[in-house]
Amino acid sequence: MAEETLQDDIDARVIRVIAETQKIPADSVTMDKTFEDLKIDSLDGINIVFGLENEFNISIPDEGMESMRGVRDAANGVRQLLMQKASASPQS
Amino acid sequence: MNRVAVTGLGIVSALGLTVPEVWDKLKCGQSGIAPLPDRGDPPYRFSNGALAWGFEPTRYFEEKELAMLERFAQMAAVAAREAVAQSGLDFRGPLANRTAIITGSSVGGQFSEEEGYLQLYKKNNPRVSPLTIPRTMSNAGASRISLEHGIQGPVYTISTACSSSNHALGQAFWMVRQGTVEAAIAGGSEAVFAEGLLRAWEALRVVSQDTCRPFSKDRRGLILGEAGAMLVLENWEHARARGAAILGEVVGFGMSSDAYHITQPTAEGPANAMRWALQDAGLSPDAVQYVNAHGTGTTANDATETAAIRKVFGPHADRLLVSSSKSMHGHTLGAAGAVEAIATVLSLRNQVAPPTANYNEPDPACDLDVVPNVARCAAMEFAISNSFAFGGLNAVSVFRAVR
Repeated sequence: MAEETLQDDIDARVIRVIAETQKIPADSVTMDKTFEDLKIDSLDGINIVFGLENEFNISIPDEGMESMRGVRDAANGVRQLLMQKASASPQS
Repeated sequence: MNRVAVTGLGIVSALGLTVPEVWDKLKCGQSGIAPLPDRGDPPYRFSNGALAWGFEPTRYFEEKELAMLERFAQMAAVAAREAVAQSGLDFRGPLANRTAIITGSSVGGQFSEEEGYLQLYKKNNPRVSPLTIPRTMSNAGASRISLEHGIQGPVYTISTACSSSNHALGQAFWMVRQGTVEAAIAGGSEAVFAEGLLRAWEALRVVSQDTCRPFSKDRRGLILGEAGAMLVLENWEHARARGAAILGEVVGFGMSSDAYHITQPTAEGPANAMRWALQDAGLSPDAVQYVNAHGTGTTANDATETAAIRKVFGPHADRLLVSSSKSMHGHTLGAAGAVEAIATVLSLRNQVAPPTANYNEPDPACDLDVVPNVARCAAMEFAISNSFAFGGLNAVSVFRAVR
């Protein structure tokens, strides 16, 4: 249950970043939308990645960016990077 | 209309601090790209750059003068000194009023601006140096050249990102051609290695993490470079009358705007600039042998530029030599048009096309003869130099060999 909440939370934050950087209503950004659907071009994509890096305090590699085609990809990518970050930092 | 001679060249760049040094490296395909002395903290996503290695301002200026001059203005002035000395022009007489200076710079002096922000926002000190404005202004280089040589004709600066100094050169060419002025110093300079600016380039994700490999399938972006580069243009008859050595001829200039996207290129915009430059020169496309490409090494530019060249030159495109000297001196942004104009003039003068260095593997989307890795001796009479800027602004100059 806790994990599901966390997942929802990440999805919601990714959606918020996309909506804010693109100046579009958050309810127009759903998980199954592609960037093409949302008329997001390469410069918009870079701006979104910059926003996601700030939001989650992660560093998104160029290769990760290239494979990001839609909202779900972005959320999955962020989740993966957060997991890597958690396993890399010492347990407290 | 007057013919327009090139009678002086001057440059400081990663390949050297004088024209002969730069040409020695260009013709050997030797790159000036090397690890950044300051990698940033945290480190930048890229670790290499094309700095004007060994450029020591105190060799060229008094301490008091340096207080007033940012690096980009210093490099403009030093390049102009070399070009003027080579031309042998003397501006103490009537030529002072009959000479123009047109420079290009994308961002002007960033170091002083960043120092001001440091005081304001980090040190909470509202007192920003009074020299910030004269140091930062994009025309600081042009004004310094004017002061240094006593040139009192039209002096101004053009800022069109990576096309800046090609636009400057084209404008100067037209002014000399139509007789508005007898001579012009035209070119540009850019000093990009200021931390804030590097962070901004980093965020744009177009800088390669290793080196610049234009037209190569494994290209991963551009390498930032700094430079100052100036050409002396002169009414052909004026140059002949005083017995000046003529190094090359500018014969055409064209410019266009994509009107498409702020950063994504199109083939049609650059193709128009090339077409109109050739038209301005009165040349048919098959008169051209060499293209000094914009060739940044980004995925988008090099494929689009290839398509644009094919549109303009048709089947003749396969007979062209097309190389990107950015693979050696980096992308010098507002200085790029002038750096590459100098490379083009020297290529024609020496009948050697500099290579596209760091080239690894062919890309079907960039299927021209890009002179991979090794310079090529060839009979060349006409060459064009391409500059395409963010904002979709394109500028193309056309040169004729004078030997």
